[in-house]
Amino acid sequence: MQIPAQFDYVRASTIDNAIALLDKHGEEARVVAGGHSLLPMMKLRLARPEWLIDINDLFELDFILPEATRLRVGAMTRHSALLGSADVARLFPIVIDAERVIADPIVRNRGTIGGSLCQADPAEDLATVCDVLRAEAIVRGPGGGRILSMDEFHKGPYETSLAHNELLVEIRFPVRPRSGSAYEKVERRVGDWAVVAAGAAVSLAEDGTVDDVAIGLTAVGLDGTIDEAETVLRGQQPTEELFEEAGRLAAMASLPVADQRGPVDYKRHLADELTRRVLRRACERALAAQSTTTQEG
Amino acid sequence: MTITEVHAPNPAAGDADRPIGYGRIQRKEDPRFVRGKGHYVDDIVLPGMLHGAILRSPVAHARLVSIDTSRALAHPGVVAVITGQDLLGLKLAWAPTLSADVQAVLVTDKVRFQGQEVAFVIAEDRYAARDALELIDVDYDVLTPVIDARHALDPGAPVIRDEIEGRTDNHIFDWEAGNAAETDAVFASADVIVKQEIVYPRSHPAPMETCGAVADFEPIEGALTLYETSQAPHAHRTLFAIVSGIPEHKIRIVSPDIGGGFGNKVGIYPGYILAVVGSIVTGRPVKWVEDRSENLMSTSFARDYIMQGEIAATKEGKILALRTNVLADHGAFNATAQPTKYPAGFFHIFTGSYDLEAAHCKVTGVYTNKAPGGVAYACSFRVTEAVLLVERMVDILARKLEMDPAELRLKNLIKPEQFPYKNKTGWEYDSGNYERALRLSMEMAGYDELRREQKEKRARGELMGIGISFFTETVGAGPRKHMDIVGLGMADGAELRIHPTGKAVVRISVQSQGQGHETTFAQIVAEEIGIPPEDIDVVHGDTDQTPFGLGTYGSRSTPVSGAAVALVARKVREKAKFIAAAMLETRPEDLEWEKGRWFVKGDPSVGKTMAEIAMGAHGTVTLPEGIDGNLDAEVTYDPPNLTFPFGAYICVVDIDPGTGHVKVRRFIAVDDCGTRINPMIIEGQVHGGLTDGVGMALMQFIEFDESGNNLGGSFMDYLIPTAMEVPNWETGFTVTPSPHHPIGAKGVGESATVGSPPAILNAVVDALAPLGVTHMDMPCTPARVWAAMQGRATPPI
Ligand SMILES: Cc1cc2nc3c(=O)[nH]c(=O)nc-3n(C[C@H](O)[C@H](O)[C@H](O)COP(=O)(O)OP(=O)(O)OC[C@H]3O[C@@H](n4cnc5c(N)ncnc54)[C@H](O)[C@@H]3O)c2cc1C
Repeated sequence: MQIPAQFDYVRASTIDNAIALLDKHGEEARVVAGGHSLLPMMKLRLARPEWLIDINDLFELDFILPEATRLRVGAMTRHSALLGSADVARLFPIVIDAERVIADPIVRNRGTIGGSLCQADPAEDLATVCDVLRAEAIVRGPGGGRILSMDEFHKGPYETSLAHNELLVEIRFPVRPRSGSAYEKVERRVGDWAVVAAGAAVSLAEDGTVDDVAIGLTAVGLDGTIDEAETVLRGQQPTEELFEEAGRLAAMASLPVADQRGPVDYKRHLADELTRRVLRRACERALAAQSTTTQEG
Repeated sequence: MTITEVHAPNPAAGDADRPIGYGRIQRKEDPRFVRGKGHYVDDIVLPGMLHGAILRSPVAHARLVSIDTSRALAHPGVVAVITGQDLLGLKLAWAPTLSADVQAVLVTDKVRFQGQEVAFVIAEDRYAARDALELIDVDYDVLTPVIDARHALDPGAPVIRDEIEGRTDNHIFDWEAGNAAETDAVFASADVIVKQEIVYPRSHPAPMETCGAVADFEPIEGALTLYETSQAPHAHRTLFAIVSGIPEHKIRIVSPDIGGGFGNKVGIYPGYILAVVGSIVTGRPVKWVEDRSENLMSTSFARDYIMQGEIAATKEGKILALRTNVLADHGAFNATAQPTKYPAGFFHIFTGSYDLEAAHCKVTGVYTNKAPGGVAYACSFRVTEAVLLVERMVDILARKLEMDPAELRLKNLIKPEQFPYKNKTGWEYDSGNYERALRLSMEMAGYDELRREQKEKRARGELMGIGISFFTETVGAGPRKHMDIVGLGMADGAELRIHPTGKAVVRISVQSQGQGHETTFAQIVAEEIGIPPEDIDVVHGDTDQTPFGLGTYGSRSTPVSGAAVALVARKVREKAKFIAAAMLETRPEDLEWEKGRWFVKGDPSVGKTMAEIAMGAHGTVTLPEGIDGNLDAEVTYDPPNLTFPFGAYICVVDIDPGTGHVKVRRFIAVDDCGTRINPMIIEGQVHGGLTDGVGMALMQFIEFDESGNNLGGSFMDYLIPTAMEVPNWETGFTVTPSPHHPIGAKGVGESATVGSPPAILNAVVDALAPLGVTHMDMPCTPARVWAAMQGRATPPI
């Protein structure tokens, strides 16, 4: 049994209570959501919070709410809830692609979207997904709320712009017409973190050209989306040649480091290969969405 | 006889069809496991029990400058802290290993691997013990480590074992088998020779339950009770007596339920000894249970063989000879578990299943700054390495000859009429019908159809591979005259008692770690004396309750203890005949046996059941002269030879050409383990072993960086396969009973772990053949496969 260092524990009863507790206990307090990132680190004594503030009673943070122009997801929504949601599957197939390859069912039953984003692990899958869907993070602190873009939210590996007494409460995903999205990950084994993964979201103009596109890569040292690769597609009819060019540019932009999952050249290669694959699939899905919209219209 | 497996529904317990004897019955031990009522070492709580934790070295090679334990001792929960200096005083700083070497219990002079035991804290609870580890101040003077075995013997390499007088290098042993001159001569005149370096990287058994012990030393009697995770309680008792000086009759070793062993729990680890010392020092019971990282980093690893293989053949594809030079990395102490005569285990069965003219192997063992151990992990004492070598070499030869690998194997397999077959390195294979097994596996796989599909896929640029492995195991060690572990002969006892009401208890020396002994051994007795298995209690794992024997590893339980149990049951059956004769007032020679009953020849209605005889034996019947008033017996079985299970495995993989990701699509496993006692248990053993094989072939690997940091110290980094990585296993079997075994049974526990990795690896290399790949080493992770696809395959070490 791996044994963490000593800590105190308290269950928050409301969002305000959680924030007050964070405020009271200061820098050495951490909220625990699903606990699937925090507890392993505590057991290895890589994290030693003095206070754990448990937010699992905050059912008000556990929701998936489709609205006309956006999908609202509470920070305490479990991976398994996202994976099982028909609304999510319809609007953002990339989330389903990603959730299927995040850890295993045991982890997904507890782990939350909020915890994933706040952990900000460079190999974490939902960060890329939120990046390419241009999601917004709703954050609350003692002084009230803030809305952050993903760029503003993520500060780097294991770092967010949340103050120690702030809570991530919600993630909002804008819904666009004629759009499609996809995610693909290479892992050494089911449940392993990504060697490399790629995500893409595409929305098409009525003439079938690319209206907007976002490309993101997981575990290759990049934050945010890859503008140089996206540029080649904007305003163009999507073609295999353009996917290849985007893949090449994404690979060039990537900054992987060698580790047990693979050497740099392999990871660059995957950045290229997976970028092409997700663009291809996202465009197929956008086209399919377009034809449904047309039929419905 | 060729039988294809039928997955018949398992007759539920209590069913009228439930066999009395061999057959498919549910496991007797499972009700307690599925209800969470297993009782493991960590479940043991004794009054006043203290908890120990081990401080481990963060570096691989360093002089120990100083240890200051004062801050730890000041922790309110800490009772004692033991260091190497304390153990020196007790003459317990070093303990003998299972390979005629010694191993440090706690570091006194120098750290020799990362994770080595430096100090032992004993505290009121496990939290305090763990917290206090951080309060011990150790000063290390870091030395250059020897990590790459290939450079362990370089002149000027740091000498790891400098505590041994006169040691100037890291050489442990050179060992040879076969005939070098004869082999060289055959190679000199062969048409075709192929060479290949084949690496079997270091892996770890990683049982679900880590190692642990609860030591309870009773000072007035001077008696020690030690609960520990042990695959070999009796051997451990003797070793503890030798090491600790506590007389053997005062030592009781109890191995309760064990959550997986795979060889990991054969040796005696410093933690066990420290728990004992802790109990002696504090006068209270001491529990020590290691955590996952400690298990992965410090306990018995497996494999770590770098093999230079060479195979010679005629151009028509007759294999003539095989030779190999092996560099074996044994880590910092030679602590491998194997029969004394065989420092490379049974590696010399590397001639495999083929009829060769000559063979030779040379194995060189070296020290490195890595964890000690070895020969763990379901390998039948290195048959795993041997099978990988020969099965890769045969495949590489097939490629060179442009022959189908199945055809090449069929051409060279030992023929049924050649058994008992003496191979060129000294083994006598007891029995086999290899071609039948290979043909059955090909039939089940639809081999020709698969090759057709592969051809079509290749034309489209898809990467599909078909891999074959044919293995011969050598299991069931002894005989005792050839095989011992630290002087203890490899033979096993068994005792059987029939209670007056006809219920029975059989006591065995081998200890189950999940193999289903409580069922299998009851079924063996049931088959022999006709008492239903549920009426037979199997007692194991407690040295006070069971006869002496060497333990469970190397698939030896059924071949050795299974034979002992069959023989002891026959002895009881024979004795029952005399008692029945007395009861029936007839002569023993006038009685005839049917399962469960002796009756009068020619008059079946007159007879006595085992239960009646048992009551008679303990009752008032006047017993014939020389027959005691009981229905008990005991035997010790010394096997005349090992048994040689074998199998033919076929694996089909698909590789994603863009990512190098390998998907095992199908796996067909035909096993022949002789007489099949409980087919469901056999299938379970095979399924587990095949899953292990997928792990080995695709992901499992303990890697080190140049400083000797273990990079596989958690399940994040040391990957174990899951249900998602494995296909639906297609199992089949043939039955070739062992001629020298009382019931014809051979072991099966390790067959699939031994046989499956080469089938998967051969399939991967076959898939990559269109890209010009002729070999790659395991593990076939996506990155390593992709490198091979680029023509840049590298050995993992
Ligand atoms: C075996 C295993 C495999 C995994 N594999 C993957 C994988 O392949 N891909 C992947 O993406 N993830 C993977 N994960 C991580 C998993 O998805 C985690 O659940 C997730 O990263 C963290 O979510 P959580 O709810 O468990 O967070 P916790 O562990 O509870 O918290 C993580 C951090 O976020 C903070 N936090 C949590 N919620 C909030 C909030 N609302 N506001 C402010 N701070 C907050 C906590 O204080 C903590 O610092 C794996 C985890 C495990 C154990």
